[in-house]
This record gives sequence, structure tokens and C-alpha cells, in this order.
Amino acid sequence: MVFMNSNSLKLLCLISIWPAYAWAQEKPYQDFSADVELEERFFFNEGLYEGQKQNYLSIALRPEYFVEWNNGRSSFKMSLFGRYDQHDENRTHADIRELYWRMVRDNKELSVGLKEVFWGVTESAHIVNVINQTDIVESFDGEAKLGQPMVHYSVVKPYGTFDAFVMPYFRTPTFPGENGRLRTPFLIDADDIEFESDMEEFHPDLAFRWSHFFGVFDIGISHFYGTSRQPLIKEGEAFELEFALVNQTGLDLQATTGPVLWKLEAIYNSNGIKDYTALAAGFEYTFGNVSGKGLDIGLLGEYLYDSRDELAFNSLQNDVFTGVRLAFNDMSDSQLLAGAIFDLHEGSRLISVEGSRRFGETWTVELEGRFFKNVSDKEFVHFMRRDSFLRLVVSKYF
Amino acid sequence: MKKIALIITVLCSVPFISQGQTPEQKGLAIAEKADEVDRGFESSQVSLKMILTNKNGQESERLLENKTLELHEDGDKSLIVFNSPRDVEGTATLTFTHKTTSDDQWLYLPSIKRVKRISSDNKSGPFMGSEFAYEDLSSQEVEKYTYKFIKEDNLNGVSALVVERYPVDPKSGYTRQVVWYNKDNYRIEKIDFYDRKNALLKTLDYNGYEQYLGKHWRASQMVMENHQTGKKTRLIFENYAFKTGISDQDFTQNSLVRAGR
Repeated sequence: MVFMNSNSLKLLCLISIWPAYAWAQEKPYQDFSADVELEERFFFNEGLYEGQKQNYLSIALRPEYFVEWNNGRSSFKMSLFGRYDQHDENRTHADIRELYWRMVRDNKELSVGLKEVFWGVTESAHIVNVINQTDIVESFDGEAKLGQPMVHYSVVKPYGTFDAFVMPYFRTPTFPGENGRLRTPFLIDADDIEFESDMEEFHPDLAFRWSHFFGVFDIGISHFYGTSRQPLIKEGEAFELEFALVNQTGLDLQATTGPVLWKLEAIYNSNGIKDYTALAAGFEYTFGNVSGKGLDIGLLGEYLYDSRDELAFNSLQNDVFTGVRLAFNDMSDSQLLAGAIFDLHEGSRLISVEGSRRFGETWTVELEGRFFKNVSDKEFVHFMRRDSFLRLVVSKYF
Repeated sequence: MKKIALIITVLCSVPFISQGQTPEQKGLAIAEKADEVDRGFESSQVSLKMILTNKNGQESERLLENKTLELHEDGDKSLIVFNSPRDVEGTATLTFTHKTTSDDQWLYLPSIKRVKRISSDNKSGPFMGSEFAYEDLSSQEVEKYTYKFIKEDNLNGVSALVVERYPVDPKSGYTRQVVWYNKDNYRIEKIDFYDRKNALLKTLDYNGYEQYLGKHWRASQMVMENHQTGKKTRLIFENYAFKTGISDQDFTQNSLVRAGR
């Protein structure tokens, strides 16, 4: 079982320039934890492309170690990830999700190492969230991220929180392999994709964010300059991709008024191929503790827009997401999220159901279903029109 | 006019057990006194063990850490981190309580490193599947209720002042709460909660009181029993620390992320 690919090796070289840290006098607090998951993905239909299977068994491991000293002012965190997939050789992969040292002094914070950072407020798309590369083969919703090497400085002032990032190395994504599902007919090997920068992965990317809250409003304004995490599609006869250098300015805004959350994310991306804008806006209304039984019912609605239209590497150009979230607030934390994304122009639909609950104190079971309906041949997901699937995950926590 | 104002000032400043007070004034005076005697802890930190028992007697356990910053002009700030069950380890909440308006609350989800501002409207909902509602655990500011003194009572040998309090916020899950204050030191010994239909819903018992810094009384165990479902939740407090030197800087969204590790 070989987990390490060439990227992981480069990454290891990079982190070997790790700053040595000294132990303080007092006893440090440390915590080691891990979880193991067994996953089965069942695809209802035979694949469109040769080599694809219908059942995929896999196993994943996530060990974590955390230690802090100096009264919590210094800390070190490491979280690793590895998966072995029965058929998809590219989904058999490993990553260092986090491996960083952090120092806190009063209102200031400095971290060095691989980290994961999240920006944004909406649920169905995360357009403002640009720091980390997506672990494409890992999860369908794109919420699994690869660890990003960075120096991250943050300071909290009365007029907001300022975050600055210097990112010396680009994490190349991994696309599904020949035997994998949810892929394009032609295999994409990210190592073959051209970089706009001559420095390739070593182009130093920069990002800055200001965030604050005023009463019911939470706001964030961010700017990213560097290699786009998503390859951009070049206009032309052939399907050609490039890791372009981009300037992306983002806004995320939420108003929390009574039971309703109003959400807005917007970006402007300028690059050498074609500038674009994207937007996600919507609401989340929660009926809390329905008839005194502890059940929360949340209704979600979001509109998604992307000016790239067919040149986008997703299918969210002019779409509406609607969903229902049920939180039972019971002993086993039972939850259910059901939703659908409709393309307003082409009529394509993607229906999703995600449910989870705990068994005992250390086991969880998760069920996910994704169903493609009426997929138009004008959309990117047309390649995956036969890839509706059910995913069952059983996890044990240590 | 000035004379009336003076009379009111004088009336309010007389010790609360005075003749001529309405039950409402007396109830408020007791609540204010209870708030006043606990003033000055500045900040506190405590580890909590939450034991949930269902009606069949099956138990489930959660471990939490809580930090509180005492504020006088506005409500307290608090940070709660979950250490177990393991699948929610690192989940944390940051709450800025306000005396008269809705609280501000943020949730940190460690699996995707996301900080999410959440609605604090759902105060009547259960906290972590327990018999405690969010509003039972949030900072008990005097302004959050109106009061009425009921009677003096003997509760298991303790002289108590019984006060009914009525939540100001219509989103509360209760019509009223009946509170037994210890007559000697104003600590709360017991609360009966009445639901929106004014039926007895829950009883909260405070056990194993200990005094810290020669002043602040804290129960080492709180037991909430739901009379309508037969379920029970025990909260066990360990390693209380006061005046720990934490400040506003320890109650920011950055602190929330750090608390989740």
C-alpha cells in the first residue's frame, strides 16, 4: 500500500525546514486522537467510461496530535490523512492536513506550517474560500481540503481582525483515476497542467483578509494574489487547462436577524484568460425546538451565479439551491440534510441527501446520496450523468 | 417632582425585607442581591462532565470546558469547548450575552475549520441532547426576567426565599420559573421550570456547594430532571478557577478557533 506520491514527497521536503521549538518549564497539555472509517460507495448505473466499477470499498485513517505549552501561548498541531480505495488508484492517497506551530501574544497570532483556513457563509458553494486546494477525489461536496503551507499572521483590533498569508508552495490537486467514478472522459493529470508562473508550484501566493462584526452583521473582505486553486479553462477549440495567476477579491456578509440568517458571497477574479465574477446569496430560516420536542427544522435557499458560464469548472452558473436541514438534538446527534440544485436555464438537477448519527460513545454512521437528474449536455456535470451514488460510512473514534 | 424622585430613591435603597414593598419589588430586590453577592469573580474556568440518562436508565457522557468573563455594563462573555464524544471534539461556541437584546453567538466546526454565526433565537432548544436548554446555561442577567416574591420556605432544612421569575423574551420556552434562594447567602438551591402551557416541565437541583475566594458559591453538581419525559441530566463541575487573568482578548473568533484546536 503506497500512500506517498511525488507531491507528498515534495511537501515533506518543504516542511523539513521546520522551526525547532523549545519546551517551556511547565507541563504541556497534549492530546492524541484518531479515527478510522470504512466506506462503501455504490453507483446505481454502470459507468460511461471503461474501467469504472459500481462498488468501491475503501478505508481511511485520520490520526491527530496536539500539544500546547506556555499557558497555551505556544502550540503544535499535526493531523494526517490516508485513504486506500479498492479500485481508484488516485483516490488511494495521503495528505498532511495540518502540521503547524503557533504562537499567541495578546491579540496577535503567528502560525507557520501546513494549515487549513475557511472563509465564507453560504452552504451550497464556497466561492470566497480560496486558501486551500480542494481534495477533489476525497469528497463530492468539495469540503475536504489539502493542507496549505503558509505563514499566517493574525491580529485582532477594535476595528476588526486582520489576517495575512504568505503561501510559498502550491498544492496540485488529484483528479479521479481511470477506474474512478465522477470523472471526465479524458483523464486529467494535474501534473500535466501548465502553470502561468515560471516558478510553477513555488510562486509565492499572498492573501489578506479583514473581518469584523457590527450588531447583526458579520463581514469579511479578502484579496488573494497567486496561482488559482482551480485550473481555468482556456477558450479555444480543444479543452485546455491552466493554473493561471489570478487576483481575486471577495466579500462575505451575513446578517443574523432572529431566526433568519441572510448570506452573501461575491468574488471578482481577474486573470490572463478571462475575468469573471461569481455570486452566492441566500438565507437559512430555522424553526427551533419544534413543538417542544427538540427538533430544529432549517429551510435553506441560495442562488448561485458564475459569469464564466460554460467555461466554469463547475455547473453553478445560474442555479438555485433549496434544502431542508433537520437536527434532532438527541443523545446521538442525529442530523439530516436534503437538498437540490436546479439549473435555471438548462433544467439539470442534482439531488442530495446526507444523514448521520452516533452509536454509543465512539461510533458514527453517515449516509450520503447524490442523484443526477435531466443533466443537460451543455453542463460540466454531463460527464457524470450516470454517476448517481449512495455512500455509507462507519467510523470509529479513538 | 424632585421630592417624588427622592422618595423613590430612598425606598429602593432600604434593605429589601422592608414593609410596604410589593411582591414584585421584593422579588427583584432578591434577584439583584443574588447578582450583587456574586459580583467580582472577574473570570472563571471550569471543566464539566455532562451525564445524560434516558427514561430506561441508559447513560451517555460528554466532557466540556467553559471559560467566562464577567462584565458589568453588558452581559458576560463565554467560551465552551466539547472534548467528548470524540466525533464532536473541538466543536466550540462563543457567546456574548446581552442584558436586553439577543445574544451574539458563534459556532466553530473543527472538521472544516469553519466559524459560523448562529441564531441565538433558539434558546428553548436542548443543549447537546441534554435536558438543559440553551437559556438554562446562558448568563443569568437580572434584566432577563421580571420577578415576584412568593413566600419564605424551608427546603430540606435550608431557609429559602421563593421567587417566581417570568422570562422577558417571548422566545423563552417557559412561562415562569420558581426559584428557591438560600436566605443566608442568596445562592440558588432549586428551580422549577413551567412550560409554555404552564405545566411543570423540569426541576433543577443544585448540590455540593463550595465557596471560592471566600465569596463565590458554586454548586459542584446540578441535576436537571424532566418530569414530562423521565429523562435526566447531571452536570458535574471540576477544577474551578477564578480571576484567571483572561480578558476580552480570550473571547474573540480567533480564540474560538484556537479553543477548537
